[in-house]
Amino acid sequence: MSNLLIKGASATAWGPERVNALRELWGRRLVLGVPYLWLLLFFLVPFLIVVKISFSSAEIAIPPYSSVVEYFDEVLTFTVNLGNYLFLADDEMYLQAYLTSIRLALVATFFCLLLGYPMAYAMAQAPGRKQSFLLMLVLLPSWTSFLIRIYAWMGILKNNGLLNNLLMWCGIIDQPLQILNTNIAVYIGIVYAYLPFMVLPIYANLTQLDKSLLEAANDLGCRPWETFFRVTLPLSMGGIVAGCMLVFIPAVGEYVIPELLGGPESLMIGKVLWQEFFNNRDWPLASALAMIMLLILCLPIAFFNRQQVKQLEASLS
Amino acid sequence: MILSTETGTERTNAPGRIKMPGFSTIMLILGLIFLYLPMFILVLYSFNASRLVTVWAGFSTQWYVELFQDEQLMGAVWISLRIAFYTASMAVILGTVSAFALDRFGKFRGRTAFNSMLTAPLVMPDVITGLSLLLLFVTMADLVGWPMERGMLTIWIAHVTFSTAYVAVVVGARLREVDRSIEEAAMDLGATPLRTFFLITIPTIAPSLAAGWLLAFTLSLDDLVIASFVSGPGSTTLPMVVFSSVRLGISPKINAMATLIILVVSLAALFGWWFMRRSERERRASLERFGTS
Repeated sequence: MSNLLIKGASATAWGPERVNALRELWGRRLVLGVPYLWLLLFFLVPFLIVVKISFSSAEIAIPPYSSVVEYFDEVLTFTVNLGNYLFLADDEMYLQAYLTSIRLALVATFFCLLLGYPMAYAMAQAPGRKQSFLLMLVLLPSWTSFLIRIYAWMGILKNNGLLNNLLMWCGIIDQPLQILNTNIAVYIGIVYAYLPFMVLPIYANLTQLDKSLLEAANDLGCRPWETFFRVTLPLSMGGIVAGCMLVFIPAVGEYVIPELLGGPESLMIGKVLWQEFFNNRDWPLASALAMIMLLILCLPIAFFNRQQVKQLEASLS
Repeated sequence: MILSTETGTERTNAPGRIKMPGFSTIMLILGLIFLYLPMFILVLYSFNASRLVTVWAGFSTQWYVELFQDEQLMGAVWISLRIAFYTASMAVILGTVSAFALDRFGKFRGRTAFNSMLTAPLVMPDVITGLSLLLLFVTMADLVGWPMERGMLTIWIAHVTFSTAYVAVVVGARLREVDRSIEEAAMDLGATPLRTFFLITIPTIAPSLAAGWLLAFTLSLDDLVIASFVSGPGSTTLPMVVFSSVRLGISPKINAMATLIILVVSLAALFGWWFMRRSERERRASLERFGTS
């Protein structure tokens, strides 16, 4: 943009060059302006409103909260209610819910990586014409309905479900195992639903790997597993980070999986927020819950964004 | 150097490379079974005559008949399809413009902020997005009197906001790959940037636009949480109906619907893959023809 201005300034008066440069500048502003304004209005501003409402108090009204800013009789009053945050800090249940969410998401992300990395590796190793087919196979489930795929596990995991019937038929267990409505079911659900988001960035990263480095390691006498741990794995760190963030961050705020597969022990924060909002109609408390969740997640989100920017920058140069 | 020209299957037989691919191939097969077995079971039991998932009582298509007779469900399908169509169309426009600006405008003021706002929705938990958008709509209704009531329009806005990010990723990846010299040639020959964009850039990235459109369509069709927050009376989407039914337990009607969804998605995906492979092959063939002549 700056060199456009310089170009415009160097031309004397209103030469055609300057008119063109100005037109291009304003054209660009116009083009960029539409998505920019959309995101500002519908992505950034809503967060500021959540902040505002988290400082109000719940009321039986429409909308069900008090106003923070009031102008009456030439007096501008700000009523900042810290009650919601104090309430959250006071009640053990909310702290537990945050810790449970982070723990469940971390463990599930770990298992996702454990299964996803070898899958991505095998895909990247496959011959070229098979790769696109394998990629489609991995991604296809995520194009069907998320809700229905979680629902499928309800039928498999429940007490008289398919898994228990199979295990009993084989004689491995005498009585059905309680799997549905436990944390194990939540782990299975998260790994199942988010696996493609783990495989995709790692696969994309591994296909860009410079094969000559592996050959060099091989020629210099590296054992295959050594080559893998000392060359391939460190080089694919970008994909691993992106994949883990794509699984971990949404999993922390997951609502559907703990609701359908989890039990009383898997009280995740997304579910708590949902209940405060829809069942108790306490919008300010739900906003405070969302703000704290966002505070916890802003570090990983910033990390993810930086990774994205870095990738973008690398491809630009 | 010789190794790189070999195909993958031969490469696995190269000395010292046997162990890792063997293990990872097994994991890939296990992973694919893990992904597809639950869906297969879902499809199988949609043809079960019994209401119970555990008992096989013979082949029947009664659940499909019941599915199509369920007026509430069919109404929700229609609402969801319409929202998804408009969402995908708008998201492709916004996403393409965003990806183009990020890729071709070089450095501009607010680029980092723009990029952050564009990629954050990829990972933002649904409950936060849904709650914040609802509060925005309520506040706006309070301040400017719009939107008077929540419904398809507010769901559309919410869905466009998060699917734009996905479209921008898909289109951006393609934009970085294409050869810019044709665009530069068009501009040198006097085409305006706008004309170049529509006559050169758009046709070159068309496959990614289609992919982005389909992705946004499925994302919108699939969303439960955000739609639950911003919907109003009379705009119950398909996932909302399915969710309230699934919460009560297993229902073979949902299996029947799942089967239809899986069928449509599989056919579309197979067609897309076949189409891409064919165009890739044609591209290679024409390159070879140029090489030999």
